[in-house]
Amino acid sequence: MSAVNTSHSSADAHAHDEHDHHDLPWIRQYVFSEDHKYIAKQYLVSGIIWAIIGGLLSVLFRIQLGFPDADLTWLKPLLGEWIQNGKLDPEFYLALVTMHGTIMVFFVLTAGLSGTFSNFLIPLQIGARDMASGFLNMISYWLFFLSSVVMMISLFIKTGPASGGWVIYPPLSALPQAVNGSGLGMTLWLVAMVFFVASTLMGGLNYVTTVINLRTKGMTFTRLPLTIWAFFITAIIGILSFPVLVSAVLLLIFDRGFGTSFFLSEIYIGGEALHHEGGSPVLFQHLFWFLGHPEVYIVVIPALGITSEIVATNSRKPIFGYKAMIFSIVAIAFLSFIVWAHHMFVTGMNPFLGSIFMFLTLIIAVPSAVKGFNYIATLWKGNIIFTPAMLFSIGLVSFFLSGGLTGIVLGNSAADIQLHDTYFVVAHFHIVMGSASFFGMLAGVYHWFPKMFGRMMDEKLGYIHFWLTFIGVYLIFFPMHYIGIAGFPRRYYSWTGFDAFNTFTDLNEFISIAAIIVFAAQFIFIFNFFYSMFRGRVSTLNPWKSNTLEWTTPINPGHGNWPGAIPHVYRWPYDYSKPGAADDFIPQTVPFSATPESNFPHEKDEH
Amino acid sequence: MENKELQHEEELKPTFAVHPKKFLLWLFIVTIVMMFAAMTSAYLVRSTDGDWLKFDLPNTFLVSTAVIILSSITLQGAYWAAQNNNRQMLIAGMGITVVLGVVFLVLQYEGLFIDLFKQGVFLGGEYSNPAGSFVYVLALLHGFHLVTGLIYLLIVFYSSVKGKVGSSDLLQIEMCTTYWHFLDLLWIYLFVFLQLNN
Ligand code: HEM
Ligand SMILES: [Cu+2]
Repeated sequence: MSAVNTSHSSADAHAHDEHDHHDLPWIRQYVFSEDHKYIAKQYLVSGIIWAIIGGLLSVLFRIQLGFPDADLTWLKPLLGEWIQNGKLDPEFYLALVTMHGTIMVFFVLTAGLSGTFSNFLIPLQIGARDMASGFLNMISYWLFFLSSVVMMISLFIKTGPASGGWVIYPPLSALPQAVNGSGLGMTLWLVAMVFFVASTLMGGLNYVTTVINLRTKGMTFTRLPLTIWAFFITAIIGILSFPVLVSAVLLLIFDRGFGTSFFLSEIYIGGEALHHEGGSPVLFQHLFWFLGHPEVYIVVIPALGITSEIVATNSRKPIFGYKAMIFSIVAIAFLSFIVWAHHMFVTGMNPFLGSIFMFLTLIIAVPSAVKGFNYIATLWKGNIIFTPAMLFSIGLVSFFLSGGLTGIVLGNSAADIQLHDTYFVVAHFHIVMGSASFFGMLAGVYHWFPKMFGRMMDEKLGYIHFWLTFIGVYLIFFPMHYIGIAGFPRRYYSWTGFDAFNTFTDLNEFISIAAIIVFAAQFIFIFNFFYSMFRGRVSTLNPWKSNTLEWTTPINPGHGNWPGAIPHVYRWPYDYSKPGAADDFIPQTVPFSATPESNFPHEKDEH
Repeated sequence: MENKELQHEEELKPTFAVHPKKFLLWLFIVTIVMMFAAMTSAYLVRSTDGDWLKFDLPNTFLVSTAVIILSSITLQGAYWAAQNNNRQMLIAGMGITVVLGVVFLVLQYEGLFIDLFKQGVFLGGEYSNPAGSFVYVLALLHGFHLVTGLIYLLIVFYSSVKGKVGSSDLLQIEMCTTYWHFLDLLWIYLFVFLQLNN
């Protein structure tokens, strides 16, 4: 042990590990594994399980919304006490929307997405043997698991899970007297989220450190695949924003358990005044949305990165505007920290302040549009290969565009007075965040499945899955804009009591049916996923003829990823269909000296 | 192919690299900074809203601040001793730092739960005011991190006793020193912040 030792590249250290990993006890290979590829698969499978649960919850409340008069006694075996006299318990309805949001935003589209693909692709695409700290990485997964267990338990307790919405605004979430779910359910929610944030931060620290420190020789920042750029920036956003959520959650915990009044003031319950005085519930909203808005980009940026990679590969063209893509991710990340108050236009905010936040919010449309434009320009006149992954990526581009447009509408502080807390907002974020990010995740799974499991997924099932889901998503969320403009509020258990909204009965029924079909269609994917894992066609080394480093590893890479030396990198990852080249792709490991026929004048190996 | 790559090895620029563990620590510090930045911003926002209790911070905090500054100095001394392979100084320095760390925690406890109580400033309950609650929460949260720092100190202390810390093995003590100095600065920041805004 010496100081010299510590300055060894950890690549060497891992090369040694490789020989003795077979001696690792079973539990450290298959449970507490420190191999980034295995951890990625753990995240993926956990994410899929959570997605099924989250989806199921949404089907339950869609049944309530679409068929308010139906007899739901048949759900009693599943929901037990939550069905009373054939009707869904109204408080349980609130719990359903809350848990659906929490599960989808945090457990599926944050942990499931970043956890899977950042873990899997960062070492493979930058040419590293593993993450900077495999141990921390393993802890990160198991903290997520612990958080999952706590959140799962909250679904089964007598008073029900948290039910104040995924944004858990006090005073509702702070006072157990307010609603059943604000009792034990809320406590479990808060505990689960503390573990969750710890897990996310550990993951994020690892991703950033790995990208900065462990790139192989020649892998400069301007040769990084856009996936890595996306994961890198996402991790930085997380490191800066999640601690703020911890602060908010902590203060809330003190309000709930220790009688402080950070967020509570002058509240009467049952005619009796509570002792809380001097707090400000709007303060919580500021803290929450300072995380909450960046969080929506934490959810979507990895999906955008995955899409960049897949669109370029399957258009057989260089990505259009590589540097512009990087710049726009960085710009979006920066702006995402200074727009949070657009979620609070109607909290009595000073209208002048509102117009500043409106201005900043609308600026985000510029880098977002740059990305949309670049995807389309990359597709333009490409030799497009419509793999399932490619279809899902194109689907993402469509959602990002149509959902982004409604964002611009909402960003106007005056228009938002009408639209806030209506189904218009629900439509906006389900298209731009929910669906786009889900599609990015699905595209990633279809594309990197061969690298994960050494086998191919079935294409035909992939096509069916895509078309049902793509059309279905629009059938579900497009009508919601219409209902929302009419003023239909979100989070209402029942609307049949309001004459104004009775005319939407058919539309709500239609949306619910579409939602159930889309949910059912996901089982095609799940079947395909698990079936192909064992029975799929065996993959070739580089099935998509891609340039990035992960395809230079063996079909089933072992611990350490490359059996021999780590390959070096000589060029950017987007040399597709280069004029003069023999093949329509030139992997990053091929030096310019080997391709004199296709080099541009400025392209020489660096001396 | 393989040969060609090897040939080029020397020609490629090496990528930027800091020691990954140190880098991880710095990023970890960033997350703590963000947490306290959020808290103190919330404090500022809330304090402009009126109904804000004014009170003086107990003098105990002045003493505890002096103690933690002293502990940073002794730890830095231990670090220099490690650089010079002076084992006795190293162990003495580490030991004193641990003791000072514990003294700091005791003083913080006294400041919060004895002195402030006497002044009628409470964490929660009927007679509390966010102005006081914030002091408790900030100091407790800092105290929590200080406990993690103490555990880290004890680990390095143990390594020092085992002779595993020296001029050729500085990484561990260096990281520990960075973290402890950070916790020291963080408290000074909080102290000055509370002093100025109370
Ligand atoms: C052009 C870009 C965008 C603009 C101008 C924009 C604007 C807005 C505004 C003003 C709201 C608040 C509406 C209200 O509650 O009254 C909102 C809500 C929301 N947006 Fe966007 N948005 C944009 C893009 C995105 C993206 C890319 C995502 C996610 C990936 C996203 C996710 C969300 C979510 C999750 C909510 C609702 C949160 C909730 O209340 O539960 N938005 N958006
Ligand atoms: Cu937002």
